Amino acid sequence: MPLWSGFLMDVTRRRFLQLSGAVAAGVTVGGRKALGLQPPESGPSAWPDRTGGTVPTRSICPFCAVGCGVICHTDPQTGRVVYTEGDPEHPINAGALCAKGAALDQLAANERRLTRVLYRAPCSDHWEIKDWDWALSTIARRIKKTRDDGFESVDPDGWTVNRCATIASVGSAALDNEECWIYQAMLRALGLVYIEHQARI
Amino acid sequence: MTNHWIDIRNSDCILIMGSNPAENHPVAFKWVEAARERGATVIHVDPRFTRTSSKADIYAPLRPGTDIAFLGGMIRFILSENRCFRDYVAHYTNAACLVSEKFAFHDGLFSGFDPRARAYDRSFWAYETDAGGAVRKDPTLSHPRTVFQLLKTHFARYTPEKVSAVTGTPREDLLRVYECVSATGRPDRAGTILYAMGWTQHTVGVQNIRAMSIIQLLLGNMGMAGGGVNALRGESNVQGSTDHGLLYGDWPGYLPVPRATMATLSDYLKENTPSSSDPLSANWWQNRPKYVVSFLKALFGEAAIPENGFCYAWLPKLADHRTYTWLDLFDAMDRGELRGFFAWGQNPACSGADAGRTRAAMAKLDWMVSANLFETETAAFWKGPGMDPRTIRTEVFLLPCAASMEKEGSITNSGRWAQWRWKAQEPPGEARSDGDILTELFASVRALYKSEGGAFPEPITHLAWDYRTEGRFDAHKAARGINGRFTRDATIQGKAFRKGDAVPSFALLQENGSTASGNWLYCQSYNADGNQMARRGRGDPTGIGLYPQWAWSWPMNRRILYNRAAVDLQGRPWNPQRPVIRFIGSSEAGRYVANQWEGDVPDGGWFPMQNPDGSARPDSRYPFIMRADGLGGVFGPGLLDGPFPEHYEPVEGPASANLMNAQQVNPLLRAYDFGGLRRPAADPRFPIVATTCRVAEHWQSGAMSRSMPWLLEAEPQMFVEMSRELARQKGIRNGDRVVVASARGSLEAVAMVTSRLRPFKVNGAEVHVVGLPWHYGWLWPHAGGDSANLLTPSAGDPNTRIPETKAFMVSLQRKDG
Repeated sequence: MPLWSGFLMDVTRRRFLQLSGAVAAGVTVGGRKALGLQPPESGPSAWPDRTGGTVPTRSICPFCAVGCGVICHTDPQTGRVVYTEGDPEHPINAGALCAKGAALDQLAANERRLTRVLYRAPCSDHWEIKDWDWALSTIARRIKKTRDDGFESVDPDGWTVNRCATIASVGSAALDNEECWIYQAMLRALGLVYIEHQARI
Repeated sequence: MTNHWIDIRNSDCILIMGSNPAENHPVAFKWVEAARERGATVIHVDPRFTRTSSKADIYAPLRPGTDIAFLGGMIRFILSENRCFRDYVAHYTNAACLVSEKFAFHDGLFSGFDPRARAYDRSFWAYETDAGGAVRKDPTLSHPRTVFQLLKTHFARYTPEKVSAVTGTPREDLLRVYECVSATGRPDRAGTILYAMGWTQHTVGVQNIRAMSIIQLLLGNMGMAGGGVNALRGESNVQGSTDHGLLYGDWPGYLPVPRATMATLSDYLKENTPSSSDPLSANWWQNRPKYVVSFLKALFGEAAIPENGFCYAWLPKLADHRTYTWLDLFDAMDRGELRGFFAWGQNPACSGADAGRTRAAMAKLDWMVSANLFETETAAFWKGPGMDPRTIRTEVFLLPCAASMEKEGSITNSGRWAQWRWKAQEPPGEARSDGDILTELFASVRALYKSEGGAFPEPITHLAWDYRTEGRFDAHKAARGINGRFTRDATIQGKAFRKGDAVPSFALLQENGSTASGNWLYCQSYNADGNQMARRGRGDPTGIGLYPQWAWSWPMNRRILYNRAAVDLQGRPWNPQRPVIRFIGSSEAGRYVANQWEGDVPDGGWFPMQNPDGSARPDSRYPFIMRADGLGGVFGPGLLDGPFPEHYEPVEGPASANLMNAQQVNPLLRAYDFGGLRRPAADPRFPIVATTCRVAEHWQSGAMSRSMPWLLEAEPQMFVEMSRELARQKGIRNGDRVVVASARGSLEAVAMVTSRLRPFKVNGAEVHVVGLPWHYGWLWPHAGGDSANLLTPSAGDPNTRIPETKAFMVSLQRKDG
């Protein structure tokens, strides 16, 4: 568990069992101090309360479909999430999280997160950084060209089909409901029939 | 799920099959343990002895792809040992219906098979009707052509000895499991089934689930607390994404996507609106026209009017007699038929069967738009192993997205609970929420069509697209649109509504264009009282864990589906200790005179089927209201490959002959032969059965979890789990690097030698099984291994076309040097 990992790193096996036993036996304050469990004297150098002063926000874990409640703690100074934990009020998980949910602050702060639009040109071997305006207007152009070139109003048997079967989409069980709905609306307004996602596999 | 996560604790017998919830839905497993503390028995049937097995009371090994044999034996046991919940079966299922004399089953084929089309004429499976067209029934269940007797005949072959020879499960284990599950065939006992991809990812996937549905109906477990048929879904919002129509054949709310020959809206409605002549059948899908018109109004607003079929013609039509599933899509891509492609929050280069072929197909696209939190093997396919970027013309746009805590909106869990979640921080750098990206992208496309014209611009220029507030996507606007509103002043059922008012529930949706609703199932989720999905009420008045004020579940905040089957004909709970609903209306002179239910939202608030004096009530309804006849389907003529499940071998299997019948594989399976499918069976080059699996620390293709350091540290690389016996045969030690190969590709993995897998005895021959996680990809971490889907076959179930990634054949060697 993350809170303890630093603390236990230097502990030998025997000491670990000693400590566990002491905790289980409810050792006195003096005893705890001797075992190194008592924090330093209170004051500015004492262990800071990491979630003191943060703004808690309720969320739901993005991984499996249990739907565990998560509390994300945001530092009001930086606006960044500094800590995540299970929501004790949630009826299903009652504060518990599995390894993936417990690691969520590593999703909120992660140097591998994409932060810029990337573009790979034809036959290129690398990514280029682009801005949103260029990306969205260029993608819109691609969609229009491909759709105009491949649009099928009437099929060979004379039925009106109004479809674009040269563009396909997969995704996503990771979108919010409201995003899923507008995405299918957009795809169907464009005439797509190849619309699939995780539920199929 | 028909039930929900917390309800698992109400069960007396939990059968876990085709899933591993202790590792893949770990927090929900606490509800399995809560049931055990109350005395429930937990059974795990699986090829591997997993952490779920270690917590089970009974573990039974099962060869991958033989679930129908196992369950068929259970059906036979239930019938021969008389374990059915008789009243439930007689009154609430189609067991008493007579089937026409044209129905037959012989040597693996049902009657009506056309070998050239590889399809069944399902009129051979029709019921027998009387002169008036009503289905003939025998409530005593003894007529030889009752569904009940036909079921008995069909599964008579599934003796424990035969089943054991097919599945490799020891006979004693079979009987232990059968005994335990069938003990729930009484009013005061409920059994549940928890299943996942181990059932769906097969060429007989749908029939796997059909087999268990039959069992749950025979035992009277549908609609009961602690019962039901419960899919453990895999992604946080796969339930919502499915509900909202991101599969080719469904409009939101499971309305069928129209086919080319349904030329007009009325053609479509005529063909897709079931009818029933039985006044006791609610036949709820008869309301479909209201939901379809409301959906069209939500799409096209004022432009959609009765005179133009509510713009029905503007929407794309599917070709008749073909599908556009995932396997079809990548087949089309491989043939060069696709020019553009969206991989929006998905990583098919790692998650699709026959991944090597999928990756190669992407090089034939003109352009790809990928939206994700991290770079993926899909977006970066052009620089993957074996790729020469200089020859690949595909343009790729990789858009940085917001993570779950960086936007506001709802997601729906496996138990149908739609839960709102809030925003804790802005996305990093220039990343944006998908809602922001999509609303702006479509606006850009629309602007082009408005200024330049082009092919059939009408649906684009007229799509209702007001989902932004102050320049940002507004999930509340979208959620209110999904719930639905009145498009004009209207008076419905005596109540007056103004234009713009939220529609209170789908019971008030109309076919005349006076209502718009993006998804009828979610009507009530954001009503005049506000956002029901954001509720955090912790009350549990019934005591069975419904939590009716926490968030909102579809439909109508009902927590357990088909709960009218949880009461007897007079509305009294079968199990008074764990009632789901109870009729509490007053009666006079032996007849109910007031209509009142307590407990969960009843699955239709009609009176019970009988009065206290035993007289039948014509104003009641059968419990399975979504089926045209209102009855639970023991006989299931609606599926493509048979009204009863039958064991067929996987498309790639170890057995040279199917022991159950003369067909080797599902006669209707759909194969996409990219040249990589091995048939006939028992190819000596690939003698080992492989199955895919997961670990608790990684998620799906690993696109997110491989980039999270703690998770990667716990499970850093691709491994293949094998038995000690196989390892000894191959001279492999735990930790050795090995090469696993199939007819489609090969990959390296670290050998994990355990006793969690044992060889199977299949019809006397020894069969080895290995397990492969599919969480890895070549992109990150370097040398962490690649996707197990490089090995999997692109053959799918005929009803769903879900690929058979849970049973295929491989070879295994130690990697020397």
